[in-house]
Amino acid sequence: MARRKSARQQQLERAALYPLDWLEERSGLIGGVRYFLFRKVPGDTSWWHTLGSATLTAFLVQLATGVILAMYYKPSPEQAHESVQHITDDIWGGWLVRGMHRWGASVFIILMFMHMGRVFLFGAYKYPRELNWIVGVLLLATGLFEGLTGYLLPFDQTAYWATVVAININGTAPFVGPFLASLLRGGAEIGPDTLSRFYSLHMLLVPGALMGLIGLHLYLVVRLGVSSPPWSDEAAGAPREPDPTPARSGLVQPRPRTIRGRPTE
Amino acid sequence: MDDPRGDMERHEPPPSLWPIGFAVGVVCLLVGLIVSWVAVAIGAVILVVCGALWARDVATGGSAPVGPAPEAGEGEAAPDAPAVPAHKGEAAMPEPAPGERFPRSVFLESATLGIGAVIGGVVTLPVIGFAVLPAFVKQHSHSVDLGPIDNFPEGEYQVATFLREPEQGEVSRRTAFIRNNGLLDGKPSFTCISNRCAHLGCPVQPGGPTFDKKTKKVVTSSGHVSIIPSLPAAGFICPCHGGAYDQEGNRTAGPPVRGLDRYEFSIRNGHLILGNTFSVASVSGSGANAEIHKYELAGPGQHVDGPESWLYPLQPPH
Repeated sequence: MARRKSARQQQLERAALYPLDWLEERSGLIGGVRYFLFRKVPGDTSWWHTLGSATLTAFLVQLATGVILAMYYKPSPEQAHESVQHITDDIWGGWLVRGMHRWGASVFIILMFMHMGRVFLFGAYKYPRELNWIVGVLLLATGLFEGLTGYLLPFDQTAYWATVVAININGTAPFVGPFLASLLRGGAEIGPDTLSRFYSLHMLLVPGALMGLIGLHLYLVVRLGVSSPPWSDEAAGAPREPDPTPARSGLVQPRPRTIRGRPTE
Repeated sequence: MDDPRGDMERHEPPPSLWPIGFAVGVVCLLVGLIVSWVAVAIGAVILVVCGALWARDVATGGSAPVGPAPEAGEGEAAPDAPAVPAHKGEAAMPEPAPGERFPRSVFLESATLGIGAVIGGVVTLPVIGFAVLPAFVKQHSHSVDLGPIDNFPEGEYQVATFLREPEQGEVSRRTAFIRNNGLLDGKPSFTCISNRCAHLGCPVQPGGPTFDKKTKKVVTSSGHVSIIPSLPAAGFICPCHGGAYDQEGNRTAGPPVRGLDRYEFSIRNGHLILGNTFSVASVSGSGANAEIHKYELAGPGQHVDGPESWLYPLQPPH
């Protein structure tokens, strides 16, 4: 009885795995996903290491809610504020989606800063991960720009005057400032073109740039591996090389450069 | 046919110009369908003639082969050997020395890159120009009719709000502080101060009461204008960062870098007309006798005089 059940199980297993096999044989995708998800990480990674994926999750929430909001939002000065009111008050669940997008934006920015603080305090930006730090800085700037462009869209008094001030701050930059301000406004004064311009930047250009940069960021994370905490005794999946200096090192004293526990000679 | 590997002659048709003529005929015919029947007829003739000649070329094996004759010394495999698979045996062409490349491969590479760059530029440049240039085109600002000058009693400030660009709607609503200074050399004189703070562009408020109940609504050629009497005893104050100005718009405190901007004005048929905006470094004197240090309109936070103005030598056209 038990044997027959196990045979049935095997049959079921084969049937379930067949489509995956089919896909793997033709695309290698299954192996790629396994390579991406089932990597070796140092044994003493902690909750601090989850801040990066938390930021990614916040970004995905912004993407999903933003797509839905774009279905109802109308980027013209006469209709923008009314359409936001319509989303909030009339459309079923609109208050929730708009609330997620509005508060999620702050969460995204806050998580980016926390993730950056973690990387800084853990020294995870050091060799060989400097490039990923640079990509992260670009992500931070792009994310802040996304926040700036999104802030205008409700088109109420707060949004309008905050954008006036933000654009004029850009305008005070030496030499290029006046041109930068005109470029952001789409003209000499804030008007209908400014709103649609910010809308286009907010939902097309900047998210595209963010996605590209996030892809690069993740590629480097996968390629270089997750760094150990500074107090760690192990590299990814392996004990660390014994320290030539017996005193506690790694935070203050230089230690020999290693990648994944291997000396780089 | 002594070649041991069999017939090494190329089997593709020899080079010929007729297919090109054939293609031209097709294009001419299709264009003619839109443009004129004459072109259709011409296209059909070209198509038939070139097609026939092309077919004859292919059928007869063409004229003399073009290009260099195949080099001698080919084929050293044993006689009657089976056909050699493409990936085995001797290379069809001699391997280039390390660092050396075939001229044709170099040419093809640079041609691909070059044509790609040209196509990319042709597509991208207009798009970038479309996105960027309109922001820097000189925009003519409409003059704004604020109604009869009788609505502006001498020596009193009025808060006038109006549409700067009526076709843009409410988003272009602006506010100016207007004071009738009486006559100067027999002509009416007005002080027309913009409410845009010279720090970061917030709207400044009169430092004193505004008498909302005495608001006058005037309909002019520029749309609805509202005029509210005001008593800015403490000058003008910005709510954002505490910039303060006196009654002539001179900066007295806070972060602004210059005085308040002003509007040019004129009188037309007894109506007060606001023209272009200009920037003001400072004003000496007051009222009709004020001496205004006038500059081209600059953005908020930008110095117009002194060494700091060297940081903003160029301004986009307004």
